[in-house]
Amino acid sequence: MTSKLQAEASPAKRVRVIGCGMIAREVLAINEQLGFDHVDLKCLPAEYHHHPERIAPEMDKAIARAREEGFENIFVGYADCGTGGELDKVCMKHGVERIAGPHCFSFYMGNQQFAEADGDYLTTFFITDFLARHFETFMKRPLGLDRHPELLPMYFGNYTRALYLAQTEDPELEANAREAADFLGLEYEYRFTGFGDLTPALSEAANSA
Amino acid sequence: MSDEDEIILSELDDDELVAQMHDDLYDGLKEEIEEGTNILLGRGWTPYDVLTKALVEGMRIVGIDFRDGILFVPEVLLAANAMKSGMTILRPLLAETGAPKLGSMVIGTVKGDIHDIGKNLVGMMMEGAGFDVHDIGINTDVDGYLAAIDEHQPDILGMSALLTTTMPYMKVVIDTMIEKGMRDDYTILVGGAPLNEDFGKAIGADAYCRDAAVAVETAKEFMARKHNQMATG
Repeated sequence: MTSKLQAEASPAKRVRVIGCGMIAREVLAINEQLGFDHVDLKCLPAEYHHHPERIAPEMDKAIARAREEGFENIFVGYADCGTGGELDKVCMKHGVERIAGPHCFSFYMGNQQFAEADGDYLTTFFITDFLARHFETFMKRPLGLDRHPELLPMYFGNYTRALYLAQTEDPELEANAREAADFLGLEYEYRFTGFGDLTPALSEAANSA
Repeated sequence: MSDEDEIILSELDDDELVAQMHDDLYDGLKEEIEEGTNILLGRGWTPYDVLTKALVEGMRIVGIDFRDGILFVPEVLLAANAMKSGMTILRPLLAETGAPKLGSMVIGTVKGDIHDIGKNLVGMMMEGAGFDVHDIGINTDVDGYLAAIDEHQPDILGMSALLTTTMPYMKVVIDTMIEKGMRDDYTILVGGAPLNEDFGKAIGADAYCRDAAVAVETAKEFMARKHNQMATG
């Protein structure tokens, strides 16, 4: 995905954000809210959420491609996201920054708040706007739960609650999230977070150009 | 499928039935596996032979196709569910008939982690291979591991983690065992999606096992070494 704004300035004056497909909509919303018309967005597939081992090598290639296109300012729109430090190695190799934190659930909630909660979220299944929107195609089908609901206890038997961290106030998404929690047999909780730490992270990247 | 095509398990000879059970395991057909297990037992098969020739061999094929990207997690879980139902029938019979034992294992998911799909698969395959498996569950702290080791005196300690944030805890457990002077008394196997061989070495484990089949083979290898050392020692 590439924003329509990219054609307005030469790559050297723009910021290329290479992000996770799960946060594409949110990055574009922040760009629009804050008028970052010099920021463009490329995304790696959201499916890498299920295959974090693919993130670092694909990011390495994506950054190299952006450099070839002439981008000097590049920002990685991922937290560590299960790469176990591999993404940081890629960032260090290319001299670029990423969003702080272990994963998007943390930076939406606010990394400090998440870290202070320590083990409070051990048995929590997080839902974001993306997951509320795509629960069927992104979770239910790939896990085979649409065809074999009897697998639910094997996947989610140790979870106790579903916490919807909402980026936007959208009754339809909230209904989806509640439905997902019901399907999983988990206690449902709603918390509006907005974009959390994503906004300052993108702002800093945008203003560095 | 029409009635004509329906396979009547009881009408198959032993070889055909075992082959059919491999197919049924592959397809995750729990009730068929229960039926096939009971038929073989009824024909005088030992529980050990049913376990190894029908169930374990079937799961071995599933494991190979999972590794090769032909099967995916949901299919493996369905197969595991089917095998589990067969093992539920066999477990008490195996205990009665004194099936051969290769060794024993304590296995648990580390502190801060509640993911247990991999651990459960390893536990099941280890049990199928002839190990006494003591599964101590999820979110296990160092005291939990040490208490289980003390109680069960296993040959092997298995630790599992799915999260990059929890896998370093394995080193806490191993370092504590070193401090207590008990590290070398046990074979330590580690596994989990974000781990790799380098990580296993770095934390001082004996081996990293990338899947349940490798865990079984590695455990057998270490048990053979142990027996050889005892024989020559």
